[in-house]
Amino acid sequence: MLTHKKTNVEELAENLGNQTPVGRSLWRDAMHRFSRNKAAMAGLVVMLLIVLFAAIGPFVAAWHYSDIDWGLMGNAASAGQPSIENGHYFGVDDLGRDLFARTVQGSQISLLVGTIGALIAVVIGTLYGATAGYFGGRIDSIMMRTVDILMSIPYMLFLILLLVMFGRSILLIFIGIGAISWLEMARIVRGQTLSIKNKEYIEAAVASGVRPFKIVLRHVVPNLLGVVIVYATLLVPQMILTESFISFLGLGVQEPQTSWGALINDGAGTMRYGTLWQLMFPLGFFIATLLSFFFVGDGLRDALDPKDR
Amino acid sequence: MTEHTQADHPNTIATDDSRKKLLSVRDLKVYFDIFPKGAMPWTKPRKLKAVNGVSFDLYEGETLGVVGESGCGKSTLARAVIRMLPVEGGEVVWLGQDLAPLKDKAMRNHRKDIQMIFQDPLASLNPRMTIGQIIAEPLQTHYPELGKAEVKERVAEMMKTVGLLPNQINRYPHEFSGGQCQRIGIARALVLKPKMIICDEPVSALDVSIQAQVINLLMSLQKKMGLSLIFIAHDLSVVKHISTRIMVLYLGNVMEVADSADIYRQPRHPYTQALISAVPIPDPKIERNKEVILIEGDLPSPINPPSGCVFRTRCPKADAKCAEHKPELVYAQGTHQVACHYHD
Repeated sequence: MLTHKKTNVEELAENLGNQTPVGRSLWRDAMHRFSRNKAAMAGLVVMLLIVLFAAIGPFVAAWHYSDIDWGLMGNAASAGQPSIENGHYFGVDDLGRDLFARTVQGSQISLLVGTIGALIAVVIGTLYGATAGYFGGRIDSIMMRTVDILMSIPYMLFLILLLVMFGRSILLIFIGIGAISWLEMARIVRGQTLSIKNKEYIEAAVASGVRPFKIVLRHVVPNLLGVVIVYATLLVPQMILTESFISFLGLGVQEPQTSWGALINDGAGTMRYGTLWQLMFPLGFFIATLLSFFFVGDGLRDALDPKDR
Repeated sequence: MTEHTQADHPNTIATDDSRKKLLSVRDLKVYFDIFPKGAMPWTKPRKLKAVNGVSFDLYEGETLGVVGESGCGKSTLARAVIRMLPVEGGEVVWLGQDLAPLKDKAMRNHRKDIQMIFQDPLASLNPRMTIGQIIAEPLQTHYPELGKAEVKERVAEMMKTVGLLPNQINRYPHEFSGGQCQRIGIARALVLKPKMIICDEPVSALDVSIQAQVINLLMSLQKKMGLSLIFIAHDLSVVKHISTRIMVLYLGNVMEVADSADIYRQPRHPYTQALISAVPIPDPKIERNKEVILIEGDLPSPINPPSGCVFRTRCPKADAKCAEHKPELVYAQGTHQVACHYHD
């Protein structure tokens, strides 16, 4: 018995000596903490379901989002309520178009606007802020004063003017929202960079002769990513809200395409005729998305917070 | 050691051809701009003289210990030597070339010969990188032509040299103890096979048993690779153990430079005498009867240093001459240099 055990231990020791264990990175630790946060996981599930809805919705829908069900046109209030039989799962809108297909289409646009806006903010804002913060001095002053000036322009006015001048198009909304969203990100990242810049591992990299831009990319940015990811998840709903507001004003996406904001606008307009489903379905998706993003963002912040470690 | 042969010629610069001079610092000055509270953008800043005219030499294969109390400019001196801080004036001659006026880009080529080890072992390692990546970074920076396999091999070899298991290559810094982290820091500094390493209080963040391990590792590596060290510390017994020569700093000025044994046996500057008398001796009988020289008062502000000798405000021997004339660093005996009008 004893000798048997001994050989086992020896074997174990030998194996331990040979294998190269993979270390637990801080990301893995954070993921582990995140997966134990119930609210955040629920948010993540809802988020994935909504993305799934936007992705496979067109294949499920019985109608195309621009097709008009002529039989229901004009009597949406009396005959257009949600029903499984005629294929209008969410009912029809005021013109007799299938609301399910339109909600799917609106989800696609809104999620796209949100993620692309946040993505532009992350890429430009992070690089801009990290550069300004790391190099400091006059470069920092010039770069951050530029941000201040851009920020002082009322962005809604800017967006509206842009859309009025160049015509309504989804591309312009991407450009407009992207151009605005990175400003605040740049500020946050710069502040964070200033604290990272004085860490000893940056000093060690400088001492061993690493080039400044490599230091920014290899040492500063990876250590910023926690903050950036959290802020980006909170930025997505903000972008969706902005787009919704633009669409609500009637300046957003062009018919027959739609977005959550445009759908809510339509639904709110016809609310008093008793077609409540026209408001409630897009509104439900809108609120569920925002809440799920907020919960995921909160969960990420808790998981990535270095003070928790 | 041949230093004592020059005992008869005080005040002459000791030249010794048997040892190669690596680094020669002359009259190095590092000033920081201090803006008073509520300063206007155009007001002239006040100068904080962190290092004020320090000169020393470093020979091949030796260890120069730098001691002094907190805020005396030890770390600033080290960082100015490797140009991590802007130099206000003076020369830093490295192998015959003055580094002080070099542009950052030109300086980068010299960095592979001069490396640094830091005080806080964990903070000096990027938490998002594996230790393999950390140790490989200097290699990839200076030898981008090296293949992946060769880099990995060299990293593994270096890890073995500093006493780390090569199979820990994929682990992250937070998975190691302080002593192990410092070994990683040493491996990163040594992987380029530099000529000189600046150790900025490399053991003050470690506990005593680990301190001994790290110090002994440094000494054996020094012997093996022929390194020169500048060793900064405030623990005099640690410095005594590792150093060939010791330089005592006070308020950005050199007080005394001498061989390690020499300075402990016969400190000549009143400040050094006080410092050495304060080192506890691990023998209660001697310790009880030992005479400790106490220095009164605090370190004066480096923004507004005392006139003449900077130590005069706390010196038991100070008189009017000390307030008027700043003592030069002179050869008292052999290679023993001291900056005091009334040295022993």
